[in-house]
Amino acid sequence: MEYVAAGALGFLGGMLGGLVGVGGGVLFVPALVIFLDQTQVKAEATSLMAIVFVAALGAYRQYGYGNVRVRDGLVMGGMGVVGVVGGVAIANAVSGRTLELMFAALCLVIAAQLVRRVLKAGRAPARDRAPGRP
Amino acid sequence: MKLLVIGTLGGFFSGLFGVGGGTVLVPMLIFWLAFGEREATGTSLAAIVLIGAYGTIDQAIYGNVNPGYAALVGIPALAGVVTGAAVQQRIPERAVSLLFAALLVATAAELIF
Repeated sequence: MEYVAAGALGFLGGMLGGLVGVGGGVLFVPALVIFLDQTQVKAEATSLMAIVFVAALGAYRQYGYGNVRVRDGLVMGGMGVVGVVGGVAIANAVSGRTLELMFAALCLVIAAQLVRRVLKAGRAPARDRAPGRP
Repeated sequence: MKLLVIGTLGGFFSGLFGVGGGTVLVPMLIFWLAFGEREATGTSLAAIVLIGAYGTIDQAIYGNVNPGYAALVGIPALAGVVTGAAVQQRIPERAVSLLFAALLVATAAELIF
């Protein structure tokens, strides 16, 4: 049953990525913590692996639409390694409880951003906004 | 130069939280480098493939990655991406955004308490 729930939240994460532009990891991590009893840091690690595949599919589709600046993406992604090493080191250094609270704060910030965007967007048509940000 | 800073910040955020980092990358590309929203999203996804791969390798060194569980959430997510794109024009985006916001608040509450 827990596996079904985790898979369902994974599905939802991917779908929300396509629909509202965020999703993916921000749902993968709680799915792993809540349903599969992973610690926060292990959930984050495993979420990163799942994200690679989801982002690859998203990038491939967006490339087809002509929305990917390949060189810029490679430069950003190439530099990302420096930040990743720092972020992963901190995630592993702080206590699980601290990381959990930081992640909860992240969820609240993203929720606030979504609400603000809805209020600001008013009646703008959905197709003016971009899909697929995990 | 700005791309390097954005990439580093996105990578840090991704490594720290185990998320893609689009939340950080996309607004910076739009406001700092005047990318269009679709271009910012597409380009950030390409960067996230690399950033996620480093993060996975780095976390694997710490012994934290569970590939079976990654497949368990990742494979349904792939189906979700396709479904989301297919129904995008047919469902009210504002309602979905608000529902998602509520889901995130519930998640935060679950993690805190």
